[in-house]
Amino acid sequence: MNVQRLALSYGDEDVIDDLNFHLQAGHFLAVIGENGVGKTTLVRALLGQLKPKAGVIEFSEPKKKMKIGYVPQFRNLDEEYPLSVRDFVALSLINRRLPWLNKAEVQRLDEVMQQTNLLKIANRPVGLASGGEKQRAYLAQALINRPELLILDESTASLDNEMKYELLDLVAKFQHGQDLSVIFITHDLPLAQRYADHFLMMEHFKYTTGKIADLPVEQVEEQ
Amino acid sequence: MLSYDFMRHAFVAGTFIAIICGTMGVFVIARNMSFLTHTLAEIGFAGAAFGVFAGWPALNGMLLFTVLSSAMVGQMSVKSARRESVISAVSALFLGLGILFLAISDQTSSSATSILFGSVIGISSAEVWQIAGLSLVIIVVILLMYRSLKFESFDAVGARVNGINGTLISIVFLVLLALSVSVAAQIVGSLLIFILLTLPAASAKYFVHGVFKMIVLAITFALVGTWLGLYLGYLTNWPVSFFIATIEVLIFVAALWHARRA
Repeated sequence: MNVQRLALSYGDEDVIDDLNFHLQAGHFLAVIGENGVGKTTLVRALLGQLKPKAGVIEFSEPKKKMKIGYVPQFRNLDEEYPLSVRDFVALSLINRRLPWLNKAEVQRLDEVMQQTNLLKIANRPVGLASGGEKQRAYLAQALINRPELLILDESTASLDNEMKYELLDLVAKFQHGQDLSVIFITHDLPLAQRYADHFLMMEHFKYTTGKIADLPVEQVEEQ
Repeated sequence: MLSYDFMRHAFVAGTFIAIICGTMGVFVIARNMSFLTHTLAEIGFAGAAFGVFAGWPALNGMLLFTVLSSAMVGQMSVKSARRESVISAVSALFLGLGILFLAISDQTSSSATSILFGSVIGISSAEVWQIAGLSLVIIVVILLMYRSLKFESFDAVGARVNGINGTLISIVFLVLLALSVSVAAQIVGSLLIFILLTLPAASAKYFVHGVFKMIVLAITFALVGTWLGLYLGYLTNWPVSFFIATIEVLIFVAALWHARRA
């Protein structure tokens, strides 16, 4: 994926200007920056929900829409939310029209539930699942259609340490096993250093990219 | 009991109504639209009153008003933070209009009572066919957009990311809701319409945790209430709506009790 001279605005206000970066298939890019520098706006543009004011977002195969999976920090699912984990994960199976799932879809659902360690709690209502279990369900829902790019939008922000590592270990497994590219929006430097191979540091209209080993940690911490 | 034409009509119409209310109700609950359903019922009342005033069948007046206004209500309220107050204002306006149309029409007040509280005896075989036809339209449209509607209703964030057009789904759903309200009002009346469109589905979600299972259980609860209500109404000569309301509330209380124990 190539992002060139990208400019984005929110209403009348310019949020991002002249942003350039490149993400190779199978790579893990950590996007770091304080609130208000345009991380969420960038995600919306990548998801196709916001038109660039200038510049382009190009995917490897032009004219083909890239399949993107998205895991948000939270969704509005209270404890009365009625769907089971399994039914929630299956929601994103929308490529066919018939109400019932066919054999291949059921197989894929079982496979992704197993890969994300959700089989044990498959029939529990999502509303009653723990924070980590919910994030794994969001991840499974994002992965079920075999995306080429996975966007984790501060997905670990509300988790405790153990759950953060558990979630990102899973993501790393998919990244290596299925040549999945990952964009990880985060404030958490140790996590970024442990899992990402490249970084994009966003400041107000100033952007730095590089290999994760070259991340200017002190500068980020000062912010 | 079934040797009477009017009871047969009521049972057939009631069965169709229970099926569409159970199905639609699951999405009404998921989309937090109970209050909006109430508003559409009041708009339906105004439409029926307009029908009486204009000399039309009540159902046609209801269909005209609810379908026209549903898109309007959707535009004004679904997307804004002012949702509740907009809905209040719209219901106030339409309830007022309903009272006006009834006052200036030549009909007696009994037509108002039948619109507000439903009238089982009033259902002709032509109306049964109309109810059946509209119910089939609703079911077919739901089947065609089932997966997208399910995704958008139960996880709007995920649906948007997966490229589902939420605005289109919302508008189509509101039109379906308008149709359902108009159809269901024939049995329970516009004042009590939200009973069948919300309570069976609200109860079902405490017992099962899949969309299809919830639909099946909500239809079952709606059918139990409607059939038993019609039967008890026939036995006692008391209003059918009273029995349906009581049965559905009892089921809902049982569902809450079940949820507390679980």
